[in-house]
Amino acid sequence: MTIKEIIGVLDGNIRCGESHLNDEITKAFSSDLMSDVLTLKDCPLLLTGLCNVQTIRTCEMANLQVIVFVRHKKVTPEMIELAEENDMVLIECEYSMFKTSGILYMKGLEPLY
Amino acid sequence: MHFEYTIKEGDFVNAGAASSSVKKALKQLNLSSAVIKRVVVALYEAEVNAIAHAYGGTIYVDIDSERILMKVADRGPGIPDLDLAMQEGYSTARPEVRDMGFGAGMGLPNMKKNVDKLVVHTKVGEGTTVEMEVNFVE
Ligand SMILES: Nc1ncnc2c1ncn2[C@@H]1O[C@H](COP(=O)(O)OP(=O)(O)OP(=O)(O)O)[C@@H](O)[C@H]1O
Ligand SMILES: [Mg+2]
Repeated sequence: MTIKEIIGVLDGNIRCGESHLNDEITKAFSSDLMSDVLTLKDCPLLLTGLCNVQTIRTCEMANLQVIVFVRHKKVTPEMIELAEENDMVLIECEYSMFKTSGILYMKGLEPLY
Repeated sequence: MHFEYTIKEGDFVNAGAASSSVKKALKQLNLSSAVIKRVVVALYEAEVNAIAHAYGGTIYVDIDSERILMKVADRGPGIPDLDLAMQEGYSTARPEVRDMGFGAGMGLPNMKKNVDKLVVHTKVGEGTTVEMEVNFVE
């Protein structure tokens, strides 16, 4: 799926990284636990309800370029600044983690394991 | 290249700042993204630990054409049982650390997985020093 399609099916709101709208994403991982995110191999997309600067830092280190914040979490200006510095895409979404994951799974995004 | 960074006590907002600048430096060196990721994930785990479990400290990084040496030295309580701390799932993280998404007891085992050499020196009541080495050429 392209990031644009992902935003469409989640009724999401892109907060930064608009230049990546046509990038293709094939896999995703859902977690609120940054300890787990740091053990992932290669994953471009994280769905998370943990919304703070540490989420962005962790994704920077673990090479996750796209983050969808679920459960109507709001991204802060500090998070956007750090994400832009690292060319990342931040998306806000009103749905729960379960619903968000389910929609993207049905649309064909693959789990890591 | 040699870098030094000071980690301040309780400074969660800046946790990862040192790992981030090391990542930028490594990107200049034409290394594979897999090697860069191994280095920065391990360093970030150690950096977060120095803030989460100790009272700050200093990070020393040395890079040459063949390898990177990293040393994270903290002032802190030390680790009473290092074998236990190295096990997946063992954590004494405070609630505020868990609220930030950490404290699963995965950090030290993850450092071990990512680096070619890991040495931990620790003394109860004084502090902990984590030394890590990653070779660029396999
Ligand atoms: N620098 C340190 N100073 C004192 N104790 C430490 C230090 N680093 C680790 N420890 C101890 O070892 C335990 C395990 O560390 P580890 O990094 O594996 O997990 P964690 O930090 O608790 O959780 P995670 O890394 O998954 O977020 C810690 O909970 C803590 O008790
Ligand atoms: Mg840790």
